[in-house]
Amino acid sequence: MAKKVVSIVDTAYRATLEEQDDTVVWFNHMLRQSGAEVTLLLTGNAVNYAVRGQQPPALSFGTAAIGFPPRLDQDLLKAVQAGVKLALVRDDAEMRGIPASALLPEVEQISRAQLADFLNGFDMVWHW
Amino acid sequence: MAKTLTLLLMDPPFESANTTTAFRLIDAALRKGHTVNVFAYEGAVNLTMKGQQAHPNPAHGKTVEEEQHPLTRDIVSGLFTSGGGDRLRWINCGLCVDERGAGDWVDGPRRGGPGDFWKWVTESDQTLVIPCR
Repeated sequence: MAKKVVSIVDTAYRATLEEQDDTVVWFNHMLRQSGAEVTLLLTGNAVNYAVRGQQPPALSFGTAAIGFPPRLDQDLLKAVQAGVKLALVRDDAEMRGIPASALLPEVEQISRAQLADFLNGFDMVWHW
Repeated sequence: MAKTLTLLLMDPPFESANTTTAFRLIDAALRKGHTVNVFAYEGAVNLTMKGQQAHPNPAHGKTVEEEQHPLTRDIVSGLFTSGGGDRLRWINCGLCVDERGAGDWVDGPRRGGPGDFWKWVTESDQTLVIPCR
């Protein structure tokens, strides 16, 4: 039987510069490619991943450089295109002054009050 | 009835009590006859590194022999022994290993990727993800 998974991405910017992506977003994208029915739920600071048009600058350290900083909004879109479903907690975005109009239109916005019912729709809840 | 549990670990060694908790869960499950799958992701691939070395503890006033500093590689090996080698399966995420230069590990674990983890998930009675924070 297929298992429906929701991955709650709560810890944000976990070595995203070194990794050039968010490793949990990446991992769930890869799970989707292995056939998983997976939803990413962004909460806390991770709601910022869904802000459209992020332009992180390149970094250099002495003669070493991170030439391709993470484009987290683009990574989310690629995950969605691969079949990952995407949601976030609207209250967490509002608390951080992020208007709904700044967010990717592909993301389902749910309220914190709806969270329990939302999570009931999954066989497994993974809190990252 | 024996069940199968899959764990994903993410913390590197010597950084978080999550690791000790995970080891206790694995040990308890193996002692009860269950099968445990462990997928080591990101820093957790360092748990099995063969090059870990015990150290003395000046604060305790103990030599390296007296301190008997626990190494996660030895704990993993011990778990493999108690699991009889077949009820504990351990995969180190290959890309995570490569970026850390962590390819030299103790006997037991093998290299794999997210697809292996998902296969385990579909075959397991329960899955527990323990990420770093």
